[in-house]
Amino acid sequence: MKPKTLFDKIWDSHVVDSVPDGPDVLYIDRHYIHEVTSPQAFSGLRQRGIPLFRPERTLATADHNIPTKNQDKPIREELSRIQVQTLEKNCKEFGVELYGLGHPYNGIVHVIGAELGFTQPGMTIVCGDSHTSTHGAFGSIAFGIGTSEVEMVFASQCVLQPKPKKMRINIEGTLGKAVTAKDIILYIISQISASGATGYFVEYAGSAIRSLSMEARMTICNMSIEMGARGGLIAPDEITFEYVKGREFAPKGKDWDRALEKWKNLKTDPDAVFDKELDFRAEDIRPMITYGTNPGMGIAIDGTIPALEEIPEAEQPSFLKALKYMDFEPGMKLEGHPVDYVFLGSCTNGRIEDIRAFAALVKGKKKAENITAWIVPGSRQVEKQAYEEGLVDILKEAGFELRQPGCSACLAMNEDKIPAGKYSVSTSNRNFEGRQGPGARTLLASPLTAAAAAVTGKITDPASLM
Amino acid sequence: MAIDKFDILTSTGVPLPAENVDTDQIIPARFLKATSREGFGENLFRDWRYDKAGKPVKDFVLNNPKYSGKILVAGKNFGSGSSREHAAWAIFDYGFRVVVSSFFADIFKNNAMNNGLLPVQVSEEFLKKIFAEIEKDPKVQLEIRLEEQTITLLSTGESEHFEINPYKKLCFLNGYDDIDFLLSKKEKIMAFEQQREQE
Repeated sequence: MKPKTLFDKIWDSHVVDSVPDGPDVLYIDRHYIHEVTSPQAFSGLRQRGIPLFRPERTLATADHNIPTKNQDKPIREELSRIQVQTLEKNCKEFGVELYGLGHPYNGIVHVIGAELGFTQPGMTIVCGDSHTSTHGAFGSIAFGIGTSEVEMVFASQCVLQPKPKKMRINIEGTLGKAVTAKDIILYIISQISASGATGYFVEYAGSAIRSLSMEARMTICNMSIEMGARGGLIAPDEITFEYVKGREFAPKGKDWDRALEKWKNLKTDPDAVFDKELDFRAEDIRPMITYGTNPGMGIAIDGTIPALEEIPEAEQPSFLKALKYMDFEPGMKLEGHPVDYVFLGSCTNGRIEDIRAFAALVKGKKKAENITAWIVPGSRQVEKQAYEEGLVDILKEAGFELRQPGCSACLAMNEDKIPAGKYSVSTSNRNFEGRQGPGARTLLASPLTAAAAAVTGKITDPASLM
Repeated sequence: MAIDKFDILTSTGVPLPAENVDTDQIIPARFLKATSREGFGENLFRDWRYDKAGKPVKDFVLNNPKYSGKILVAGKNFGSGSSREHAAWAIFDYGFRVVVSSFFADIFKNNAMNNGLLPVQVSEEFLKKIFAEIEKDPKVQLEIRLEEQTITLLSTGESEHFEINPYKKLCFLNGYDDIDFLLSKKEKIMAFEQQREQE
């Protein structure tokens, strides 16, 4: 048999049919939905007069619009409230399990899917949200779709998709002090640009990846979309199986044994061919920070913004536009630059490990006076765990408070908006213009780098505080 | 629920030479709270188009009376970022039927095609020429012939072939709907499910 990549193995086993010269009809094992990209898809079903084909394969949560304070009270913003209520109504009508506001399983769709064990190795997973790529950390094919495609999955449990090309990114070696998964992915994107993997599905491999926890792997896969990839995945191993075992929706008893047997075969064959392969060394990666308005504009925290001559001529106008928005200059050093806001949270870094890392660094120190910090857990379960582990006490002593879970200032659909002109060191995934509020200036970084900025009030190498 | 049929379109173009135009710029997150597909055109490129006081920004291209038409001509890597289909809805709702660029982000491309908005990918050189010609004369017409898969600058007669998946081309030419197609596969899908149960 021809050697296959992990991606091929999963994809091929989910193809129901192929349109000649066209896309595949791809069967979907898990469909996540939230309030923002689903209402029009539900309306579509209603207009066609058809039911939701496989409601048991669908899981819903409210996350993008919800406030991070007073979640026990009705949502103040009218349009947000209506959108969340519409989700409740739709889930009830079409028989979908919803973990809405107030439910102990509520949280960001990509955080809860993993922590509930609804996401499992070898699956196909979609959601009307580009960061669905997060779930690839389990060795599954997971990608974001549009609302028309949400409706396709509702109607048929399938999407029409052309098969993407395959890329492998190998990262060998040992990570340095204060260098985390977030730095790995920001480094890769800075090397290959925000469109460097468009048209590809990426497999991450190599010793540096294998050494990472599941939560760290999710951070890496989460940002695959930021280099244009449809998704990213990592072959499952003991770390994966250990994580999934015993979770709410994980197989139990004999089913577990059977599943494990299958999952152990989920790896790329030794001679399988990728359309593209890239190699990076873990030792070359430093704590990273972005200076511009796309996630590809990243540098080492002690590095300098490129000079204009270093940028290809065609890209110079975009480069200068980005620096103008950020009020930075070419060739400038960022370390020591004052910061106004710090945001810890999002589907990239709103998991318990991220809060642990932040708390460990701020322990025994005090929040800088000029900083407003928003620490937002990714789910109710993460929130609960942060209390149980005493992390909230550590944060309090250092002058921080934990808010309630949700997408929050990652995309600022709720009230958590960074004011125009202010600088925000953010653990989220996008530094686009206006992403954290109109005029907000976002610097993407790891939870450790965010913690360092929160206690010093300026851009600081976290290694210097550890 | 079929999409609009598309065959030949001749129109002036609206130039937006910026690269990496992400879907957060096309339609900012705060406008995603609607529960229907209509009305997004009003807020297309909201933060580039209007200032903080809600006044039109004079030098933004959509506010410049010189430019009009059903074709948006944009820089490289158009539609990156969020998967929000609202971006495609907003562009369509505003009145565009085609987006020309030298490179499209994947999810945006799918979303556009699922809504009858044709993404036409041209070479960097041809894109440059289009921008230059529109700058010289905003009245210059572009002609897109889907059957032949060509885009032509009518001022110079220069033409380029563009790629489109044959299945998607058929959908555009006939106004087909993917969901009707998938529903016609229901028995195959159920047989697939049964077979996987047994494995």
